Amino acid sequence: MSKLVRSKLIGFVTALVFLAVFLLFPWFANNYLLRLGTTMLMYSALALSWNFIGGFAGYPSFATAAFFGLGAYAGGILQNKGIPAPLAWLSAGLLVLIFAVVVGRMILHLKGHYFAIASLVIADVLREVINGMTDLTGGGMGLNLAALKMGVTQQAQFFYFSMLTVAGFALITTLLLDRSRLGFGLRCIEQNEDAAVRIGINTAHFKTAAFVLSSTFVGMAGAVYASWTGYIDPGEAFEVLISVKPIVMTLLGGAGTALGPVYGAFLFLVLEETVWRNFLNIHSGVLGLLVVLLILFLPRGILQASLWSALGRLGLRMIEVIRRQRPQS
Amino acid sequence: MLSLQILINGILLGGLYSCIAVGFSLVWGVLNIINILHGSMMILGAYTAFFAYSQLGIHPFAFIPIAGVVLFIFGYGLQAGIINRVMGAPVLITLTLTFGLNLMLDNAMLVAFKADYRKVTLDPPLGILELGSLLIPIDRLYAMLLALVLVGCLYAILRATKIGRAIVAVRMDRDAAALMGVEVKQIYAVTFATGAFMAGAAGCLMSVIFPISPLTSNAFLGKAFVICVLGGLGSMPGVMIGGILLGLLESFGTLWLGPDFSTTIAFVVLLTLLMFRPTGLLGKRGFE
Repeated sequence: MSKLVRSKLIGFVTALVFLAVFLLFPWFANNYLLRLGTTMLMYSALALSWNFIGGFAGYPSFATAAFFGLGAYAGGILQNKGIPAPLAWLSAGLLVLIFAVVVGRMILHLKGHYFAIASLVIADVLREVINGMTDLTGGGMGLNLAALKMGVTQQAQFFYFSMLTVAGFALITTLLLDRSRLGFGLRCIEQNEDAAVRIGINTAHFKTAAFVLSSTFVGMAGAVYASWTGYIDPGEAFEVLISVKPIVMTLLGGAGTALGPVYGAFLFLVLEETVWRNFLNIHSGVLGLLVVLLILFLPRGILQASLWSALGRLGLRMIEVIRRQRPQS
Repeated sequence: MLSLQILINGILLGGLYSCIAVGFSLVWGVLNIINILHGSMMILGAYTAFFAYSQLGIHPFAFIPIAGVVLFIFGYGLQAGIINRVMGAPVLITLTLTFGLNLMLDNAMLVAFKADYRKVTLDPPLGILELGSLLIPIDRLYAMLLALVLVGCLYAILRATKIGRAIVAVRMDRDAAALMGVEVKQIYAVTFATGAFMAGAAGCLMSVIFPISPLTSNAFLGKAFVICVLGGLGSMPGVMIGGILLGLLESFGTLWLGPDFSTTIAFVVLLTLLMFRPTGLLGKRGFE
C-alpha cells in the first residue's frame, strides 16, 4: 500500500469513528452531558464560521455576535408566528445571509483596526434596534418562545441533532472550501491582499463570500439556540463574548486549518465548564487569563504548538535514556 | 433658546469626551493597538476618586494627579510586562490580548466593588450658573475646563519635551526612531502609561458627573472609538473636535429621538463615516 493511500485510509477511518461517536453520543449521555454536547456543537459551528473570514481570509471580524443575535431573533419571531422550527431556522439563516451580503459590501473595504471596530459595532446597533422594537421583539423584557411539544429527553436529543446538522454543514463547507479556488484565493488575501489583486483575484467578491459563509451557520445556530433555551433577550443574544469566544477557540485549535476550530471548540468548552463549575464568581476573569496565556504562549494554536514538539523530544530522550540503561543482551 | 441650551450641554459633555478619548487615541496612534482596557481603566480611576472622596474627603478634582499616577504605574507594568511581547503582531492578536486583560480587570473590579452604580455627590454641591434662562451646572463646567487643561498639557508634553518628541517620532516611523537611538519598547510603555494616566484623570472627572459601575466600562470604550473615528486618528485637534461632535450628537439626538437612541446615533454615524471616510474628518490618509 502506498503512503498516500494509507494516509487517506487512516483519515477516512478516523472520520467514520468521529461520525459514529457524534451520532451515538445521545444514547450514552445523560441530560447534562447532552447539554454540553449541544453547546460544543454550537461552539464548533461558531468557530468554523469565524474561521472562514478570520482564519482563511485573515480579516479580524467581531461580527459573530451580530449574526448570532439576528438569527436568534429572526428564528424566534418566526417560530412564534407558527412556522415550524426547522423552517424558521432556515429562514433565519437566509435572512442573516442577506444581511451579511449588505453589511459585507459596506465594511469589507476597511482593513485592520477599522474593520475590527466596524464589525464590532454592528452588534451594538442591532442590539439597540431590537431593544427599541418592543412590539415585535419584546424589547428589553426579552422574547419567550413557544415550547415544542416533546418530552424533556426527546427535546434534548432533537436540539443535539439540530446543532449537529448545523455544525456538520459548517464542517463540510470548510472541507470543500479548503480545496477550492475560493479557499485558495482567501489564503492569498490573508498573505498579501495587494498581491492577490495583482494575480487576478476579485478580492471584493472573495471577501464578501467569506463574510457570508461566516454568517449563515452562525445565524442558524442562533435560531436553534433560541428554540433550545426558550428565551432570549438583547443583552444576551448580542453579547460581545459571542464574538470573542469563537476567535479564542479557532486560535486555540489553529486558525486557517479545517479541523482546528472543532478541536478548539472542544478544548474551550472543557476549560470553560471546569472554570464555571469551580470559580463561578471569577469565571470571566479566569477566561481572560486563559485568553492572555493563549495569545502569549500558543499564538499558533495547540496543534502547531512548539510545546508538543518539545514534549515529543523530551519523550524520545527518555526512551533513549531508558534504552541505554537496559543491559545489552 | 432650547437649542442654545442643548448646544451648551453638548459642548460641556464634549469637552469631557475629548479627555476620555485622548489617551485611547494616543495609544492607538503610537502603538497601533486598540486598547480595549481603556474604558475599564477610566472606571478604575473613577472608583479611586470615589473612595478617596467618601473615605478621605479628598475632592475628586484634586485627586486627579494621584489617580493618574496610580494608573500610570499600572499601565507601564502592563505594557512592559505583557503587551510589549506581541507588538507588531496582527490586529487580531493584540486586540484579543487586550480583550483578555480587560476581562480580568473588569472581573477584579466587579469582585472588589460590586456592580452597584456609584457617583460622587459633592457636599456642598457646586450649584448651577444661571445666565438669563440658560442653566450651566458648575460641576460640569469645571470638569470640562479641567478636561481641556489636561488635553492641553498632554499636547504641550508631546510638543515640547524630549520624551514627547520621542513618542511622536515612534508614531511617525518606528524603525527610523530606533535608528536615532530611541528605545522603542520603553517609549511604548511610557505611551501606554500616559494613556492610562489620561484614563484615570478622565475617570476622576467622570465620577462627579456620571454614575459609574464596572458594567459601564464598555459604553465609555464605545465613545472613545466613535470619537477617534469622527476626529481622525492620532491628531490632537481631531480628538477635541471628535469629542465635541459626539457631545453635540448625543445631546441633540436625545432631544430629537429620545434618550433610548442617543448611543445608537453615535454608532450609526460611526458606521457611516467608516464607510465613506475611514480616516475621519481630520485624519490623514495612509494610516490603517
